[in-house]
Amino acid sequence: MDNMNLTLRIWRQKDSNAKGQMVDYKVTDISEHMSFLEMMDVLNEQLVNSGEEPVAFDHDCREGICGMCSLYINGEAHGPDRGITTCQLHMRMFNDGDTITIEPWRAAAFPVIKDLIVDRMAFERIQHAGGYISVNTSGNTQDANSLPISKIAADEAMDAATCIGCGACVATCKNSSAMLFVGAKVSQYALLPQGQVEAAERVQNMVAQMDLEGFGNCTNTGACEVECPKGISLDNIARMNRELMKASLK
Amino acid sequence: MNGFFKSSIGRKVAMALSAFFLMFFLLQHLAINLLSVISPDLFNEVSHFMGTNPLIQFALQPVLIFGVVFHFIMGFILELKNKKANGVSYAQNNGAANSSWVSRNMIWSGVAILAFIVLHFIDFWFPEINTKFIKGDWSGTMAGVEGYRYYEELVHKFVNPVRVGAYVVAFVFLALHLMHGFTSAFQSMGGTAGRKKTLQAIGKAYSIFVPVGFVFVALYHFFNH
Repeated sequence: MDNMNLTLRIWRQKDSNAKGQMVDYKVTDISEHMSFLEMMDVLNEQLVNSGEEPVAFDHDCREGICGMCSLYINGEAHGPDRGITTCQLHMRMFNDGDTITIEPWRAAAFPVIKDLIVDRMAFERIQHAGGYISVNTSGNTQDANSLPISKIAADEAMDAATCIGCGACVATCKNSSAMLFVGAKVSQYALLPQGQVEAAERVQNMVAQMDLEGFGNCTNTGACEVECPKGISLDNIARMNRELMKASLK
Repeated sequence: MNGFFKSSIGRKVAMALSAFFLMFFLLQHLAINLLSVISPDLFNEVSHFMGTNPLIQFALQPVLIFGVVFHFIMGFILELKNKKANGVSYAQNNGAANSSWVSRNMIWSGVAILAFIVLHFIDFWFPEINTKFIKGDWSGTMAGVEGYRYYEELVHKFVNPVRVGAYVVAFVFLALHLMHGFTSAFQSMGGTAGRKKTLQAIGKAYSIFVPVGFVFVALYHFFNH
């Protein structure tokens, strides 16, 4: 395929208090082999060279591991491809002459800091409320394999633990619900013997913090599961619901 | 319960519990309606029992009304809370790429069902309450009708094509609501992954069979009288 010329419609917002708006930019000669973020780099070089303010967007590892990159591209979290983060999205998913709409994650609990960067500290605060096990890791750490764990539980816990906390689930949810994220974090520990000791307090505290942050209520549309770069399953939300019911009945 | 029902998940569970109750109610309502096609006498007998039995009238009926009102009010409260959680809207949002239309529009199918319930109450429930509780007539009979009046009243309602049309449209919305609602209720209650396929199949059958059953009864009386 020949290189592409594209129109980018990008959300520009000076700071958290400013009123933002969509602004159109042209980029030319974009290779289909570029990642989406590399294309954004081309745009920013262009803007810097012409003395304009570059577009602020989050990124770090650019390997789909860290969960930093975001972007709502053409109406979908991490763009039109499946099972990937924005840094893994390739320009071959688009066609020459396309207009691409690029917006930040939208949720009241994820306020815009600047342009396409949102504040995802709400996820951190939920994690601090219980997304850990209280275990002393200094000195006498015992071998992990000394605790027998079924293969099924280990696999399911590992699947839940692959959540990178990028926030695509919240961004794509029509209710801006964080239940896939919290469900994954609750499940990751609830499935393993080390996590079961604090299971009741964990789910209660994490759900309470999630509600406090102003995330919406899950209505089981399943959009989060489809858009999640790590394929976190809705079963984790069902497990969180069970865990909370169990904890509340204690 | 440590304020369980005040949490977001508690509210989901409350929605699901009221939904289970309403789905069970729909089944028994349909069963009685179908009797009107099989045997007018049997339909009259069962209707009289349901309409005069103190346990049903004074215990189950208030629970049912509470269930209906609760499901609607909670549905609206959750919708408003969720809208508030959205913040700024997207300039472009492709919801169809990752979720079904029915799952994203439960509030609208719900509003259509609410409008139907208003019509249904005007048609059947208010006259029934008026006869029994205002006029104090618990006989189940009517001047000019031999035996009980229920079958005659039912048939009379389904003469008007506009009303029959409204009923049919309402049940299309009920089917749409149930197509997502049935499995969603189980998911909210923590339904397990192992039974997902079976639940989806039962949900699909239920959400088609029940509304089609109600439509069949309405159309049967429309074309036969």
